[in-house]
This record gives sequence, C-alpha cells and structure tokens, in this order.
Amino acid sequence: MGTEDNLKQLPLDDLHKAANARFGGFAGWSMPITYPLGVMKEHLHTREKAGLFDISHMQLFDVAGPQAAALLSRACPLDASALQTGQSKYTFFLNDKAGILDDLIVTRLGDEHFMVVANAGNAAADEAHLRGVAKGFDCKIDALDRVFLAIQGPQAVNVLRDTGIAGTDLAFMNGFEPKPGWFMSRSGYTGEDGFEIGLPEADARVLVEKLFADERVAWIGLAARDSLRLEAGLCLHGHDITPDYDPVDAGLLWAIAKPVRETAGFIGAAALLAKIATGSVKKRVGLKPDGRQPVRTDAELFDADGNKVGLVTSGGFGPSAGFPVAMGYVSKELSALGSKVFAEVRGNRVPVDIHSLPFTPHRYHKG
Amino acid sequence: MAATYFTEDHEWVRVENDIATVGITDHAQDQLGDLVFVQLPDVGQSLSKGDATVVVESVKAASDVYAPLDGEVTEVNDATASDPSLVNSAAASDGWLWKMKLSNPDQLTGLLDEAGYKAIIG
Repeated sequence: MGTEDNLKQLPLDDLHKAANARFGGFAGWSMPITYPLGVMKEHLHTREKAGLFDISHMQLFDVAGPQAAALLSRACPLDASALQTGQSKYTFFLNDKAGILDDLIVTRLGDEHFMVVANAGNAAADEAHLRGVAKGFDCKIDALDRVFLAIQGPQAVNVLRDTGIAGTDLAFMNGFEPKPGWFMSRSGYTGEDGFEIGLPEADARVLVEKLFADERVAWIGLAARDSLRLEAGLCLHGHDITPDYDPVDAGLLWAIAKPVRETAGFIGAAALLAKIATGSVKKRVGLKPDGRQPVRTDAELFDADGNKVGLVTSGGFGPSAGFPVAMGYVSKELSALGSKVFAEVRGNRVPVDIHSLPFTPHRYHKG
Repeated sequence: MAATYFTEDHEWVRVENDIATVGITDHAQDQLGDLVFVQLPDVGQSLSKGDATVVVESVKAASDVYAPLDGEVTEVNDATASDPSLVNSAAASDGWLWKMKLSNPDQLTGLLDEAGYKAIIG
C-alpha cells in the first residue's frame, strides 16, 4: 500500500473533502471511495436518479493530423476512417499476442481529429505505447490535463439539460466538443444512460455548482462505480481483462468489426486471427453465487469433482440485483448458461451458477 | 447495568451473569460500510478466544469476527442474517451477533473498557 503522500490529488479534491468523502488509493490517485450516503444508496441513487462521478483520474488523449485515422487503425483493432464524425467506439490496445493492454473509447471529432479515453492505471503505458506506434505517422498526440466528470442515471439527461448545457440530444456512443477545451460524449460505465464531460477546472467548478443546485444529483464514489459496472457486466482492466486475456477469451470480439479482422492491419492481428481459428479454452462469464455471501476477486473456481476450472476476476454484491454478483473465467466446457461451478471462499466451496451478463439490463439512450 | 468490554479487533462484549452478548462495534460497521452478509455461529459451538468465528461482508469487503472469550454459543441473532443492515443501524444493540456462556470469566480482565477502545480507534 502506498502512503497518501504518494497519491495524486484530483483537481476537485477540495470539493470531495467538503462533501465528506472517504478517500482511498486507486491507480496512483487519491480517489473518493464513498460519500456519507454510502455505497448501497449511492449505487441505487445512480440507477434511480443522477449520480455524479469525478473520473479525472482517467486519461484523455487528443490525436490530430492527416494520419490520425491511420494511426488509430494501426494501434487499435478499429477502422477509424469508417467512423462518422461524432461517433464513439469501444476498442483496445492489443499487444503482439492480442493480449489486452487497455480498453478505450475512441471518438471521431473531425476528419483528422480523434479523442481517446484511457484507463488511469494504464495512462503512462498507453501514452508511451501510442507514441511508439505513432513514429512515422503524420499526427500529433496530446495527453490532456482536464477535469473529467461522468453524470449517470435515468435523470442525467434532464439534469444536464436544466443547466442549459448543449449536447443533451446526443445519442449513446456519440461525442463532440461543445466549446474550446471541452469534450462531451453520451457514454458511461454504469449500464445507465449518461454523459462524460472533459473540461477545464474552472468550468468544471461552475458546472458542479449548477448540478448540485438540483436535488436529483448526488456525488457517487468509486465503490459504487465498481458495483454499478459489475452489475452492468462491464470489464475492469487489470482484473477482468489484462494482457493475459485476448478479446476472444473475454467475449469482446463484438467490438472488432469483421472487415477490420479481414484487413488485419492492427497490432496483434495475426495472433487474434489464429485465436479465432482455434477458439478459446476459457471464457469470461457472469457468476451468481448461491445465497447471500459475496464471492470476491481472485476466488478460485472448481468443478463438482474438485478440479480447478477458473478464477473470479471481479466479485461483490449487486445492490440493484439484490444478490452477490461476480464475473470471471471458466473453462469453455463449463461456460454455458446454467452450468454450475464452485468457488473457494474461506475454505468452503460455494455453488455458483454461470449467469448471463449484464445482471441488470442496460438502459442506454440509443437515439 | 451490565458491563461492556471491547476488543482490539472491534468486537463489543456485554456480560450479564455468565452470559456474554457479542457484536461488532459501531466504528467497525462504519468502516465496513453497508453490510450485505452476516454469518452466525452454531448454537452449541465451542469457541476459544481469538478464533475467527464468523465473517461479515459489506459491499466492499469481508471481515472476520473473532471470539472475544472462551465459551459456548447459547443463542444467535437470526435477525442480522436475514437483514444485515441491522448491524449498520444498531451495531451496539439490536445488531448483536451471538450470546455465549463463558467458560473462563477471568479473561474479561484482558479486554478493553470503553475509554481504552476509544483510545485505539482515535
């Protein structure tokens, strides 16, 4: 455990302190984990109203230039030139073995202009990787220093509209730059409708003050962000996806269009195509433990005969689901819905059903 | 009034005659956050001081509850198993976990009083 002193502070740290957040270290940042509302109510508030998350630990990269699309189509399993202006796409950086270095959202902002949103824990490695790939491409990469806020939940659109902000008519997985220094997309990582907004600190303080004039808005900490994304079946890089897993194992091939696979111009293409041909021996699945006791990250999974068949990569309790939820990898033979495995929890074997993902239905605004 | 004792592992113990009621402290529930699972021992189970007896789990984390004293479980509070949030809302009263008959009441002198417990949690 690092000491608090080693952790970077969010630009709006003072606002979280004023809101009586409890802090913890995550990916090198001192992050608000919970607020006085508590993780359970924060989670449910987001599903019912509008939750505001400070996700400034995440990294925005501005990629611009005549070969910006070509660079991103090399660095990611993506045809960036086929994206419409305003369109966002979930994608990855892969290594030569098709292992997942990070998962990303790429948004096309103009003919020669893209925004890449990357995970906090991989920000430095992603930047080095992208700059390495970019050698020889005519384009410029800027790691942006902005406040990044997510507002999520069924009331997010109404709350934002009431502040007078432009962009509330976006459809899900679309984004734009509403004004200089701003980036806004209809997206998020909770399974709910919502928006993510990158903006300068001074503007962020004004926006936050406006948002909190609305009683539908509450700060939501990282603990509820985790339970929300787990219920929504969304992967956390470093746990559910890592360089040891590829998009075939992870069940994320849907994010890689067929023509992109056929053209095979991206890093990791050869390995990915070989993997598609041979198939996975393990699959990412949803896991529903019997009873009320959560099965946590890193719990080992066994078959009825006691053979090790997999691993839990994220596990906890689903406040909206009302039962423990988890995901992880199991051998392909046991990956079908309704199969039963057993998780090792403190010396006991807890029966666990292979369950569909997500645990709570997505409610995105498809437009 | 029954005397209340505390452990460094954040259990409280209230003793009447030879029967001790055991729970986790308000500080412990506050640190754990919203509880979602409470395990209870079996009535008749024999406990030794320091045994990891049951586990309580919040949305965020799992935590052991240790036997504060030697003895035998005489009663468990099923209400906490069916509604773990009872431990959050009333850790020191209705959210008790189990009662035990002490086999070695002299061990009480090794526990903390309220002032001593407050000193360690700061």
